[in-house]
Amino acid sequence: MTPSPHCIDLATATVRELNQRLHHLTADGDPGIWRVLNPAGGHAIAVGLNAPVTVEIDGHVGYYCAGMNKSASVRINGNAGVGVAENMMSGLVHVRGDASQAAGATAHGGLLVIDGNASARCGISMKGIDIVVKGSIGHMSAFMGQAGTLTVLGDAGEALGDSLYEARLFVRGSVASLGADCVEKEMRDEHRAVLHARLEAAGLAGEVDVSEFRRYGSARGLYHFHVDNVY
Amino acid sequence: MCGIVGLFIKNPKFESELGTMLSTMLDVMTGRGPDSAGFAVYGKGHDGVVKMSIRGGTATDFNAVAADLERATGAALSLTVRSTHAILELPADRESAVRAALHDRHPDLGVVGSGQRIEIYKEVGLPADVARRFDLARMTGTHGIGHTRMATESAVTTAGAHPFSTGPDQCLVHNGSLSNHNVLRRTLIREGIGFTTDNDSEVAAGYLTARLRQGDTLKQALTRSLDALDGFFTFVVGTESGFAVLRDPIACKPAVMAETDDYVAFGSEYRALADLPGIAKAKVWEPEPATVYSWERAA
Repeated sequence: MTPSPHCIDLATATVRELNQRLHHLTADGDPGIWRVLNPAGGHAIAVGLNAPVTVEIDGHVGYYCAGMNKSASVRINGNAGVGVAENMMSGLVHVRGDASQAAGATAHGGLLVIDGNASARCGISMKGIDIVVKGSIGHMSAFMGQAGTLTVLGDAGEALGDSLYEARLFVRGSVASLGADCVEKEMRDEHRAVLHARLEAAGLAGEVDVSEFRRYGSARGLYHFHVDNVY
Repeated sequence: MCGIVGLFIKNPKFESELGTMLSTMLDVMTGRGPDSAGFAVYGKGHDGVVKMSIRGGTATDFNAVAADLERATGAALSLTVRSTHAILELPADRESAVRAALHDRHPDLGVVGSGQRIEIYKEVGLPADVARRFDLARMTGTHGIGHTRMATESAVTTAGAHPFSTGPDQCLVHNGSLSNHNVLRRTLIREGIGFTTDNDSEVAAGYLTARLRQGDTLKQALTRSLDALDGFFTFVVGTESGFAVLRDPIACKPAVMAETDDYVAFGSEYRALADLPGIAKAKVWEPEPATVYSWERAA
């Protein structure tokens, strides 16, 4: 590990310069630890990373931070704007504050941990990502979610899991309402094991009791052909 | 798109900074709305005196207009010219006479707002240029609201720029679009609300004016608007003593707020708030959908 991390101050450097330098890193050798100062809500910070680099951002970020992430670990010491970790493929994105709408949207893999709340449409169209939100999530979360898990320690807003495919949803608190074709499902041992693994990955092993969660998933009535619907 | 900013000062020490803070916020929102910009500032006012914000053009001779209005109405007027706009101060009981004379004798000029404390300025152009031409940075006051416009549905004109004011000391800025504004406009016209454009946002302002006139508080009026208005919106609203924010139930349009002991600030994006004093320690949050956030100055 590099003792003194690379430091880029966005008060003087542009986001393009930052991203360019991060894109030039490769998995060969040690890509090190990078520190980003004064993000000031800027958009598209640390997007498209493709190496196992660690990036620590000190402050609030704007839209699409760590989008398309592959292999990298990005930690945001602040709030994130719309679409944090959208379309992530692998790696880790950790938001220490709150996340705005569409956190983890369309993401195929990796782990997104949000210490605070996430607002509407968290995990919309998720395709394999694991999302752990320590606070609550807003309305229409996991809309059309296809694969992956969404774990929420707090409450979920209206229309959770609307038009869901196969994503698994675990909520510890209340759910304002379930969306079309989303139903509560039995929590079996295999689901408890999955949930436990996700909580462990988010650093919550031993802190949260998996038996306090309820599981929600697709009734599979919308996307499977049903003979009763034939005219 | 469009960008919105708003600032409500809690600590009077910051009232002298209002214009500087607001102009920085407005400039940052250029990317969301480079076509035109406008702002309302609640500055000093005097009992019995109305300030009328009048929009002209670069060739308008406001001194001649004021002299003509004085001759026509006999009212004592005081005039402050800022670029294409002028603030006309006059005795409150002469407001309707001056408005009538202005309308009849100077139909090329428009009243963009009036009240005891409100001043409104709006113009086509980059937000930084608009702020500079009216010298926003040196304005002072208790609260202010600004808007940067990216025109999508109608022409880039000064008349289409925000804020919209449809009642005394009231103003509204809007990011979004309303779908039932025509039918609502017709209803409101019957209730005596006047409109100067075909703009949907002006109807939202008019709806609030109608509700406030009927005795609603700002919070009550905004809560009712959730049922009355169909469409997408993030609103920031100002009254003589109040400041409020409302997003539609789907929350399509972005919003970020920050609060410290000294101020409450609103921005379409956090970027607009990033340069505010003490922001690192501010409480920063995204306003919930269909929830009215309002602040009122102590009388």
